[in-house]
Amino acid sequence: MHTCSLVSICVLLGLVVRWGVSLNSYSGAGKPPMFGDYEAQRHWQEVTYNLPPQEWYFNTTENDLNYWGLDYPPLTAYHSLICAYVANSINPEWVELHKSRGYESPMHKLFMRATVLVADLMIFIPAVVLYCLYLTDGSSKKKVSTLFCFLLYPGLILIDYGHFQYNGVSLGFTLWGVLALGLGWDALGSVAFCLALNYKQMELYHALPFFCYLLGKSVKLGLMGLFLLMRIASTVLVTFALCWLPFLSGSGYAMQVVRRIFPVARGLFEVQCLTSSLSFLWCA
Amino acid sequence: MAAADSWSWFPALALGVSLLKCLFINAYHSTDFEVHRNWLAITHSLPVSRWYHENSSAWTLDYPPLFAWLELGLARAAQHFDSNMLRVENLNYVSQNTLLFQRLSVVFTDLLFIYAARECCRCVQEPKGPRDVLSRPSFVLAVLLLWNFGLLIVDHIHFQYNGFMFGFLLLSVAKHLQHKHLQGALLFSVLLNLKHIYLYVAPAYGVYLLRSYCFTQDHSGGSVSWRSFRPLRLLALGSIVASVCALSFGPFIAMGQLPQVLSRLFPFKRGLCHAYWAPNAWALYNVLDKSLALLGVRLKLLEEAELPRASMTGGLVQEFQHSVLPSVTPSVTLVCTLLSILPALASIWRRPRGARGFLRCLLLCALGSFMFGWHVHEKAVLLAILPLSFLAVESREDAGIFLVLTTTGHYSLFPLLFTPAELPIKVFLMLMFTIYSFTALRKLHSGPVLRPLESAYLLGLGVVALACEAAFPLSPWRHKLPFLPLLATSVYCSVGVCYSFLRLYASLLRQEEKHKQL
Repeated sequence: MHTCSLVSICVLLGLVVRWGVSLNSYSGAGKPPMFGDYEAQRHWQEVTYNLPPQEWYFNTTENDLNYWGLDYPPLTAYHSLICAYVANSINPEWVELHKSRGYESPMHKLFMRATVLVADLMIFIPAVVLYCLYLTDGSSKKKVSTLFCFLLYPGLILIDYGHFQYNGVSLGFTLWGVLALGLGWDALGSVAFCLALNYKQMELYHALPFFCYLLGKSVKLGLMGLFLLMRIASTVLVTFALCWLPFLSGSGYAMQVVRRIFPVARGLFEVQCLTSSLSFLWCA
Repeated sequence: MAAADSWSWFPALALGVSLLKCLFINAYHSTDFEVHRNWLAITHSLPVSRWYHENSSAWTLDYPPLFAWLELGLARAAQHFDSNMLRVENLNYVSQNTLLFQRLSVVFTDLLFIYAARECCRCVQEPKGPRDVLSRPSFVLAVLLLWNFGLLIVDHIHFQYNGFMFGFLLLSVAKHLQHKHLQGALLFSVLLNLKHIYLYVAPAYGVYLLRSYCFTQDHSGGSVSWRSFRPLRLLALGSIVASVCALSFGPFIAMGQLPQVLSRLFPFKRGLCHAYWAPNAWALYNVLDKSLALLGVRLKLLEEAELPRASMTGGLVQEFQHSVLPSVTPSVTLVCTLLSILPALASIWRRPRGARGFLRCLLLCALGSFMFGWHVHEKAVLLAILPLSFLAVESREDAGIFLVLTTTGHYSLFPLLFTPAELPIKVFLMLMFTIYSFTALRKLHSGPVLRPLESAYLLGLGVVALACEAAFPLSPWRHKLPFLPLLATSVYCSVGVCYSFLRLYASLLRQEEKHKQL
């Protein structure tokens, strides 16, 4: 059978399984006052939609950081903002400042689950398909089998579509980075990995291999390698600058963001930090 | 590479689909869920004499007694999950354990369907030469049966026990293909006593068994040799059917409740069509009637006030009369159905073509009854789709008809799952099954299977699907004409189903012509 149709069938099966898992409960469902990760994501949509970027990471009267304060880098915040615009156009109650706390309804659940699916469809799944088709060895049958296993990996499905998170986005960006490096497009690969890093700081687990590979490649190429290194360094800096743009205007904004995403003050073993990183390890 | 007769892929397919079914435990379920819970309660809590009289719920027992006994058996297991579901007064009771039990019971009873599918796959004619597993007819048939879209969404989301019933039907067919006619007859008798809708295909069984089993020889031209009649065989068949029916209806005949049971089984009060018209000939008839009425009013040939108030919407069943064309009564539908299946039955009497000829006749009986029956439900199209899968992997022509009938039939099931949460599931699953069936059959028969007109029709189906599911809910007409998507789906699919019916008949009659010339 045509590889194309086999790939489509694998992707569709992956999507059916994901949506099937979505039909079930999410983290913190019906458990006030704090609920769970689902409410955290909804709250971030509320915060990013109603407040200016400079206030997102600060503890103000409008933004109580003790109630699921933003603790992921800016790209997560921008993603939440986009979702919030869509949410507001469907039902403003979903992102109303303060009043939407703990909002739960079947339609809202459908919307939130749909945002995870859309993010996966745009970022993670294409990366997986391209990776399996172009960077794995063997016959087309072996590639399709790899794709099949990849797409049905239960850890990622259960956490993203059950518990509720967006690991598919950061892992997807990382995979795009790997794909680009595999095809020799080092600058693009660096951009992709920077995006992953700016989505979830836990991608730092994958940073060393990227760094060592690129550095090693540059060293091996001699003088051309120096140019390569400079090109990569500049793309990394530009990507970071673009992601952090709203926070580079005033003093202390960037530092506050760093303090939120690396909460060493809270202690290394705070429960939420631990569970997030454990789940991430599992998926990675 | 696996050995030529290794069937290790079959358990993988079966296990995979069973696990997928478990993912749908918390999906939407229709009122059929409550129907079966009610029947569990009735058979468990009430004495046998009350089963067919109990009517405190609207969902009275209307399947034959063997199914009631099955529900009793299930109820024994159910009491370990949640004994509250077995109380008759607990109407619409849906606890988490009830849901779990009911859903798992469907998955469990599907084991029979899996076994039957395997038997059918064993009977498929494999072409000579080594073949890659994915391009073997038995593999393709296994996927088409086990992962059938219609069965998945009707049984495991909407909620019914069709897989279990089709298991009996396919197993019976497989037994006939293996020349084990008595076993096939036994299985079919059991099936009839589980769900009487299979009476639609009983004539095919009757004629085939009489002709090919009771008469052991043919003349050289293929016509029946009257002298080869074996009365013992007829007696054996008769006693099998009689004993199964006696086992099933016996207790009720003894209690003098047979008329009551029959009145429950055959409630002719319902209308010609279900609230959503099944895509059969009557849907086209209704649309023609409506169009003529509208035309008549426009051309001032009819008075609008004279037309009966025909209601096309409504969730529960409705009666309606036709305005311009003559109204259709149950007896008319019976006559039409009989007329539509008579040529097929005559064909296997005159020229029996073995078990495959019987299967074709069974298919035509199922489809004929679907086309012209009274109060047909769109789920009945599965009765034609599943047996046709077998023929599709063996013949290119049948594969073409299969693709048209299956895609149309499956799409016509979409209105069954109308909740927004299930939309992605039905779309993804439908796409998956459609892509697989098209590409696998194309590969199997080494070349295109569809005619250009058929491909165009199916592309049009995609357009209709997009319009009904995506465009219409956002359009300004959704309040003024809420029934429009259902109407469009029903009418467009009727065209496809009618076309498949005619093509199947054409292929049957053409085979007969070819035989006559030999």
